[in-house]
Amino acid sequence: MYMRKTLIIAGLLMSTQMGVAQESRFGVPATQADIDKRFWSVFPDGEFLPEGEGNVAEGAELFEYNCNLCHNYPDENDPNKNAIGKLFGGHETMGTDNIDRTIGSYWPHPTTVFNYIRRAMPLIAPMSLTNSEYYSLTAYLLHENGIIGENDVINKDTLPKVQMPNRDGFVNAYPDIPEKYRTKQ
Amino acid sequence: MKKDQNKNLPIDATDRVASGGLLSRRLFLNSAVATTAALATTRAAYGQEIVGEGQEDWTLYPGSDALEYGERSRFEAERVKKFVPPITEANQAFYDLRTTNASSLTPHQHLMGTITPSGLHFSVTHHGVPDIDPDKHAVVIHGMVKNPLKFDINALENYPTITREYFLECSGNSGVLWGETARDVQLDRMHGLVSGSQWTGIKLSTLLDECGVSPDAKWIIAEGADSGSLSRSIPIDKALKDSMIAIAQNGERLMPQQGYPMRLFNPGFEGNTSIKWLRSLYVSDKPVMSRFETSRYTDRMPDGKALQFSLEIDVKSMITRPSNAMSLPKHGLYEVTGLAWSGRGKIAKVEVSVDGGKTWAEAALEGPVHSIMLTRFRIPWMWDGGSAILQSRATDEFGRVQPAREKLIAARGRRPSYHFHGIQSWGVDTEGKIKHVYA
Repeated sequence: MYMRKTLIIAGLLMSTQMGVAQESRFGVPATQADIDKRFWSVFPDGEFLPEGEGNVAEGAELFEYNCNLCHNYPDENDPNKNAIGKLFGGHETMGTDNIDRTIGSYWPHPTTVFNYIRRAMPLIAPMSLTNSEYYSLTAYLLHENGIIGENDVINKDTLPKVQMPNRDGFVNAYPDIPEKYRTKQ
Repeated sequence: MKKDQNKNLPIDATDRVASGGLLSRRLFLNSAVATTAALATTRAAYGQEIVGEGQEDWTLYPGSDALEYGERSRFEAERVKKFVPPITEANQAFYDLRTTNASSLTPHQHLMGTITPSGLHFSVTHHGVPDIDPDKHAVVIHGMVKNPLKFDINALENYPTITREYFLECSGNSGVLWGETARDVQLDRMHGLVSGSQWTGIKLSTLLDECGVSPDAKWIIAEGADSGSLSRSIPIDKALKDSMIAIAQNGERLMPQQGYPMRLFNPGFEGNTSIKWLRSLYVSDKPVMSRFETSRYTDRMPDGKALQFSLEIDVKSMITRPSNAMSLPKHGLYEVTGLAWSGRGKIAKVEVSVDGGKTWAEAALEGPVHSIMLTRFRIPWMWDGGSAILQSRATDEFGRVQPAREKLIAARGRRPSYHFHGIQSWGVDTEGKIKHVYA
């Protein structure tokens, strides 16, 4: 379905370093088809991003038909406005107690957008679009958040290079949170 | 008019272990306290009447047949989970649209002991509950491994299983307590996103050994088979230490709401990492940065940064009785009881205060105390009818102490949304009404 070469080559190279795996007692070898059916992840460095390409204009059209029902709240006073993830704007809420965690204001990685919408959206029909269509929707979402230009195209090479506004907004808390955020007794 | 319901209790000064009426945890063990009123035997000689006169119908008539799957008494029908958000007439249509993102809350005010019945275990779903045919489901372990392997439920059942009691908590549990004002929400709406169960499964390390994991592996990306293919990155040290693929809860196969037929279970980690309906484990040298570890389940700090991979659940406790789901009918002797837990290990100590934290007394822990499991505590309390503020404070085996709410907020601000674990207060007024308060 999408590029597995990297994985397969990496797997062959690594096999020499690994400890000898014992015989599986009850598991069976997982075929590439077994894996492709179940594994949908793409990584921030672009690993596993598929072939295909999308643009903002096509994304706008797809958004209208597939996403608007839930994600467009013309009435700012609608109490349900933020119950389903608000996607755009929110920059003015950064640094306040009640932040709108939108793609533009909060999400640190552009690949997360593609990774998430391809597996999970549209809500009532996930995985119902083509890879190029998901790239187009990604392009539209990034453009509407002021992150890419309206003529930019999104594919497996361009997407990982997109710079998200809040890319430096996170600190690792595993295995323990940084000293400065710990409570003092 | 209030009456002292236990006038004749033999309590002396040494039983009073903190101010406000807290009594020694040993008091309930004293047989002198367990006073049982002598049963009045007022049976008259009935002469010719049948001997069952005065008995209830269920004693006089044979009951119903056995069931293939037992059910609770019809008188317990209201002891069920509540939903988030509350369903009202006004939001019904909207709720129908978003039932895929529903939470249900364990009603701890009704429960005893430490095991949450499977049907009352909290559940959070982001894309609904899938209806999985186990014959068409399997998990693959692949990526930086020598042998990618596939396991279905029949294969997993052949392995030696481990059975452990563990709590599971959503990191959003008690999130209302980050708020500026003390909202009037009941115990289950406040603390209902934590439950405790006996989980049975296969240690993930057993299966990873068979796959032959690369020494360079650092993360495992877990994905579910729900319609959002929900995924999280799990640190490899955790996966090799105590993670399991759970296939049973409280002795029977998982309920669909809990990940049927198989789920990842990461003891002590925030709930959403224990991927339900598990179907892929990709061994990697980097995290995937899925939506649920970036835009959700990250904790915003006062300096504008957000904590990512804040995975371990901190030491925490709650008083379940008395709580604001009930009131105190008259002054006298009560038991203050609740649950304590820590994602890192065992609960070592729980202290209770009835004067808003000025004085504390150690509660009794109901053993055996399991690591990473709910632990019940209890302490007798003689309520004198005055106002009181009830609090509990847990300490785990590593000496980590549950912080006061204001200290937690001083360190992390008011924005984290997740991982609230500070001390929570129940205010009791002179009428015996109980309210959630900040104190």
